[in-house]
Amino acid sequence: MKYIDEYRDERIARELSAEIARRTTRHWVLMEICGGQTHTLMRFGIDEMLPANTEMVHGPGCPVCVTPLEMIDKAIEVALRPGVILVSYGDMLRVPGSHTDLFHVRATGGDVRIIYSPTEALKIARANPDRRVVFFAVGFETTAPANAMAIWQAKREGLKNFSMLASHVLVPPAIRALLSSPRNRVQGFIGPGHVCTVMGYREYEDLTREFHVPIVVGGFEPVDLLEAILMLVTQLEEGRAQVENQYVRSVTYEGNKLAQKILGQVFEVCDRKWRGIGGIPESGLGIRQEYEDFDADKIFALEGLTAEEPPECISAEVLQGLSKPIDCPAFATRCTPESPLGALMVSSEGACAAYYQYRRHMVAGRGGN
Amino acid sequence: MQRGRPIDIGLSCPLPIPAHDSVLLGHGSGGKMSAEMLRDIFLPAFQNPILARLDDQAIVEVHGCRLAFTTDSFVVKPLFFPGGDIGTLAVNGTVNDLAMGGAEPLFLSLAFILEEGLPMHVLRQVSESVKHAAARAGVQIVTGDTKVVEKGCGDGLFVNTSGIGLVSREVHLSANQARPGDRVLLSGMIGDHGITILAQREGFSFESSIESDTAALHGLVADMLRVSTGIRCLRDPTRGGLSSSLNEIAERSGVGIELQESAIPVREEVQGACEMLGLDPLYVANEGKLVAIVAPDAADILLAAMRQNPLGRDAQIVGTVTGAHPGMVTTRTRLGTSRIVDLLSGDQLPRIC
Repeated sequence: MKYIDEYRDERIARELSAEIARRTTRHWVLMEICGGQTHTLMRFGIDEMLPANTEMVHGPGCPVCVTPLEMIDKAIEVALRPGVILVSYGDMLRVPGSHTDLFHVRATGGDVRIIYSPTEALKIARANPDRRVVFFAVGFETTAPANAMAIWQAKREGLKNFSMLASHVLVPPAIRALLSSPRNRVQGFIGPGHVCTVMGYREYEDLTREFHVPIVVGGFEPVDLLEAILMLVTQLEEGRAQVENQYVRSVTYEGNKLAQKILGQVFEVCDRKWRGIGGIPESGLGIRQEYEDFDADKIFALEGLTAEEPPECISAEVLQGLSKPIDCPAFATRCTPESPLGALMVSSEGACAAYYQYRRHMVAGRGGN
Repeated sequence: MQRGRPIDIGLSCPLPIPAHDSVLLGHGSGGKMSAEMLRDIFLPAFQNPILARLDDQAIVEVHGCRLAFTTDSFVVKPLFFPGGDIGTLAVNGTVNDLAMGGAEPLFLSLAFILEEGLPMHVLRQVSESVKHAAARAGVQIVTGDTKVVEKGCGDGLFVNTSGIGLVSREVHLSANQARPGDRVLLSGMIGDHGITILAQREGFSFESSIESDTAALHGLVADMLRVSTGIRCLRDPTRGGLSSSLNEIAERSGVGIELQESAIPVREEVQGACEMLGLDPLYVANEGKLVAIVAPDAADILLAAMRQNPLGRDAQIVGTVTGAHPGMVTTRTRLGTSRIVDLLSGDQLPRIC
């Protein structure tokens, strides 16, 4: 298949991996930002193709995993109210809140539906004028413009029964938080290809300057990732710290201006909690006051609802590259996708879940079930 | 929160959700949740040696006659889809469960649960489909039942079929017979049915029209049994896909299975839809495919026989049974690396990005 086969070509992949090995003279710690990239690394066994001194650490770029506990609790709370239809992406339904998850809410009679695009949420709202449709919208800069568009359109149509529980997060503040941590080990980043397709990569230049760390915006196929790793290793070996773009077939410097415009019109930057990390200032997007009629947080008076996340698993250690998922004593024993202890085990894009699904056989003697 | 201040990254974890106290959709997925329900509720209640084999059909001996017996319920939405409808599925599904035991399917029962208000022409159309599918498969519908539930208590129409077939003396197929060195044969392209249903249900329109592969496979099985006695086990990878069938075999036989990803045939449209939605074709349902575990020296002759039959035209050898990692299925990726092909927990869910 075009745009797939050539990026999964064994010969090209082997050449890139040989070149990485040839150029690497010392130990480097690299982080891929996106959950989609983590998934590819594990699914295609790219970690097996890297030299021992190139260490991959798996970043916080899984929107499902980083959605804070209290947002899940809010979604559950709304879904349980009479007359509400809660719609969200399939992955979100499995994520545990403080006491239950949306699949269980559905089983006990809540009207919770899986959608594939924000326009479907609008369709459901139009078709059910006597119900209140709440779209639980999560994601990074990638999904934010389409979600903003849904609100914009609802306002234009005068749709009164549609609202959004928005939990959008932004990548650059998360990278800043990781680099500011006193225990940071990451020396180079594979930047988020799809986020940068929307936002461009201008804002990553500040990070490279401030922290002297190279960032290579990368794609999601095996050859993309190997090429991005090669570009990072090359920069590190040469002592450079710049933003480079590997994912040229999708990403431009300025990004998608139209998408940025609608995003800015409907959303504004706000502080946000990240599950597995904690609070990060100016790291999220909230609904602007002009659109507050569509803000489920306000309509359903959910703003006071908070949840404390008890410190039990090693998510934060994994996110900082201080531990690997398989280092956790609970991995594949007490913590599994069926019964996740931590955020990184809940979505297939989370690092722990990716290890569980594709790499469990590396854990000798406790291979799970 | 202040910008610029170093952030001490704190731990945060949810508490695990306690064991399921109600039935979830995932319990019907054919994955780990289904297996758990079977293990915790049904097996302890009904334990007997025939049930314990956990194959797609029970094989019982009555007065010297070896009978295959199976039952299956059908709850597909939408009722009609490209390539078939709930009626064709109900016949072919049960015929295939019998065929996977090496049986010649003979008689089917047919039970409807109808929701009040269902248009009569829908019932008529489904019955027509059942009639045609049964005629094509050479089986007779010999008994049946109808129940009607109040509006809102069912979803239009549910069907159950049970089936009986005859198994000859020398045929003994079961998921516990795979041995290291055996080959894994697949009868054709995977994922057609699941993606067809998903596309219909969610209103995706892909450029090319994919059709459900629903078909009765007992003719193909008969062709295979005719040329070789080297078949250990047959499965039709329906819900949960190829991966679930192979995981079941690996666990029941106490062996490992290693697939060759590049050998597994997938239609380009199915692959494209899966890429778009973040799904893996290995977990997508089929309704007209079989996977066979066969003795190494029988693989070539069986493959040739399969390819002679229109339902096995695209058959391939897709893997090998191994003594390494018992109970686990792995695959050689296109890049020559290896990964686990796990049994999914519940349903495969599209990813957000």
